[in-house]
Formats: sequence, C-alpha cells, structure tokens
Amino acid sequence: MELKKTPLWSEHKRLGAKMVEFGGWEMPLQYTSIIEEHKTVRESAGIFDVSHMGEILVEGPDTLRFVDKLITNSVSKLKNGEICYSPMCYENATIVDDLLAYRFSENKILLVVNASNTDKDYEWIISQKHGYNVDVKNLSKDYAQIAFQGPKAEQILKKISGVDLSRISFYTFTLGQINGINCIVSRTGYTGEDGFEMYFQPDAAVALWRKLIEIGGKEVKPCGLGSRDTLRFEATYMLYGNDIDDTTTPLEAGLGWTVDFTKPTFNGKEVLLRQKENGVSKRLRGFEIDGGIARHGYEIFDGEKKIGHITSGTKSPTLNKSLALGYVETQYSKIGSEVLVDVHGKKVKATVVKTPFYRGSVKSK
Amino acid sequence: MKKYLKTHEWAELNGKIATVGISNHAQEQLGDVVYVNLPEVGKTVKAGEVFCSVESVKSASDVYAPVSGKIKEVNKALESTPELINKSAEGDGWIAKIEVSNPKEFDNLLDKDAYDKFVKDSE
Repeated sequence: MELKKTPLWSEHKRLGAKMVEFGGWEMPLQYTSIIEEHKTVRESAGIFDVSHMGEILVEGPDTLRFVDKLITNSVSKLKNGEICYSPMCYENATIVDDLLAYRFSENKILLVVNASNTDKDYEWIISQKHGYNVDVKNLSKDYAQIAFQGPKAEQILKKISGVDLSRISFYTFTLGQINGINCIVSRTGYTGEDGFEMYFQPDAAVALWRKLIEIGGKEVKPCGLGSRDTLRFEATYMLYGNDIDDTTTPLEAGLGWTVDFTKPTFNGKEVLLRQKENGVSKRLRGFEIDGGIARHGYEIFDGEKKIGHITSGTKSPTLNKSLALGYVETQYSKIGSEVLVDVHGKKVKATVVKTPFYRGSVKSK
Repeated sequence: MKKYLKTHEWAELNGKIATVGISNHAQEQLGDVVYVNLPEVGKTVKAGEVFCSVESVKSASDVYAPVSGKIKEVNKALESTPELINKSAEGDGWIAKIEVSNPKEFDNLLDKDAYDKFVKDSE
C-alpha cells in the first residue's frame, strides 16, 4: 500500500527531514535532531505538521446526546467554542481511540482523532448511530493541521494572527484568520507547553508553514514526530497503540478525570462503574529506570513473577533520566514501589514515580 | 587502518588489540544516541555476534562484533556522554578494545572504499 502524504510532504523533503511510516502516512521523524527539536519546543517554539490527524464531523439535532454516548467525557457540559479531551470506548470500556471534541454548537461537533485510527473510528461511529438523528462525515481530507507549540508560541503567532490569541483560553477555539487563511484555532497541544493547533484548507498549508518558519527566525524549528513523542511522553499524554488501546480502560490508564459518570448512559459505563467501585486490577504508572532504557513491550517483574509491561519509554531529554510508562498490577502501583524491568535480558530496578514527569508552560483551565 | 562490517561497525587493529565502534553512517541513521549498553570487560565475543547495544531516542540497535576475542577495555566516557558517538563515531566514540584471537578475521572485513560503496548502493 502506498503511504499517504500530507500537503507539507514536499516541504519536509526540501528541509531534509528523515521520513518514516506512521499510521499509513509518510511523516517527518526529525529534521536535525530529536533532542534539539524537543528543547526548542520547551524553550521557545516548534512547528509540527499534524495534517495526518483525522477529523470527523457530527451534525444534527441529536449531536450532543450521540457524542455523549460515544465518549466518556461530556460535550453537553461544554459551552460552544469549548473543547474536551476524551477516550472513546467500546461497550466493554476498552478504548477505541482518544480524541478532542470541538463543540461548535448543539448541532455540530468536530472530533479530532488519531491518524492511524481514522477509518476504524469512522466505521465505529457509524455503527453506533442507529436511533440518533445525526449526520457523520469523515472530513480528514479537507483539513491540514499545524501545531505551533512552546512558551513563545503566542507572541510569535500574534504577528500573523487576525484573531486575538489572548482571548483563546486553554481548551477553547475560535474561527479566524491566520496568515490571511481561514482557520479553526485552538489553544491545545500534545507537548506539555502552551501553544495552538490550527486547522485549515490543505492548499494553504505550504504558505502558512513557510511563514511560521520565517517569522519565528532562530526561535522556531520545524519538529518531527520524534520530538512530538518525547514531548508528549514527558507530559504523560497518552499515545494510542502504546499506552492505551483496546485492552485497557480509561480508569486503568489514569484517565478517570475524563469519565463523567453523571451522564445517564455512555459506552462502557457499566464496566467503568464496576471498576470504580471494586478498583482496577492494573494501573498505568510512571517509572524511573535504574540503568538502560525500557521500551514498549518490555516486561515488568516482582522477582520471577511477571506483574506488568512497559508501554512507552525513553531517556527524557528535559530531565535527562531514563523514564517509562507501563501497566502494573495495582498492588505494585504505589509511588515509591520498586519493581524490576527486563531490559535486554537483564533485570534492572525501576521505581514508581509521580506523573506527569514534567510540567511545562501549558495553561490550565 | 579501519575496516568495516556491512552491519555498520568498524575495527582498527594495533598489534593484538582491535578498537571497535559503529560507523559514522550508522550514527547518522540512529540520530541522537542516549545510552550505550557497554559489554563487560573480560567477556569473550565472537565475530558477527551481538556484543552490545546502542540506544537512540527512538530505538535500541544491536552492535555486532567485527572480530573475535576478549574485551580488554570499554569506553567508560560513553556512560556519561553517549553523544560522543554522534560527535565522533569513528574516533572518541569508540566502544571497546578487543584482544583478537584470530587476526585473519580482519581479511573478511571491508576496507573504507568498499564500505562507502556498500552504503551508497544500499541507499
């Protein structure tokens, strides 16, 4: 199968990016160095092509009720112009995908989903719409997306923004012009830093990309998926397929804050209620690794007994420590608890530590 | 004179001691090296077998021994500054010194021109 290309593919090639396959897309892994790109986002600002993300539009009179059935968080409680992060679960409470829901109105919500799950999500959503008066469209091809992230993102983006960015608070969005292009602009991101995500027509992508690089000068770097991953990892944002998937529930992943049990019904509610009452049997935790680097799939032990597995891990570029996320049986999940991780056949000590590993300039509500 | 493996390691023989590491091309492909899982001093290694690993931000890569012999010394500087491999893969970023048991194995390795050609052809 031929890999899909974003409208910025030729820019990535022109900039000499190292390209990789990701979720069926050919995407930039890095332009110069993952660590340099990572540090630029922590210290000033980075620009990411995230046009591979999927956009699914739900419209119609039953929109709020329908989306509230699909996801664990609540769109009924949002105001128009607000956004929520949420898992979308199966009936058994395992996770189809995690997404952002943009509430335009009571009759219109845009779901932004993971690239590799877009088709699966669309089919799942369609399969759930029986009895709801809604229209569901996969608009992924109609949107390019650029994320502009870092403590200096606002002051730089201001130069080409037709909207007052200071009025876009955390997890809200507005419609307006950036670089003269009509965009959805939201104060959201996947890096742990303050910043914006912009959605707009694909044929405007190259001009906006080049403009951001031009006005950013030395303070801005184009950043690839490599640093996107290390940045989100330090901020302990979930990566679907690594930290959450169709074998884990939101409560096991520590996403209880995204589950609104006051809603009358939603997919997975019964299982999640039972988990809430009885406790979960495994829990996603952060670990500090004592020697070597623990990566996705590595096993966690108590002596000879297997008690879990690592879901993500790397050497944190900001904290300069070997850190990991992983599921362990609940009895081992206390902060300070010591376990062993099999790293290349050697069992190394790992300690449960608090997450997020790092808190950047990201705003809060 | 340095000689190379198709798996992107190099070795340079001085008397009975071969200094080994990964090639500059290999470090370019890996990106930022963040950890080197050094071999144990005193361990016996066999040519063509994995004897340590180098980890980038994204992944762990096996390193194959270019020659057989006993590990006499490892580059301790890599413990605190693994990025030496990015800065100087074929110099200060050497990984280990091996006391070779069969110097003839060197004849099986590629010289620089042949290795460069191999890299170019495989791109």
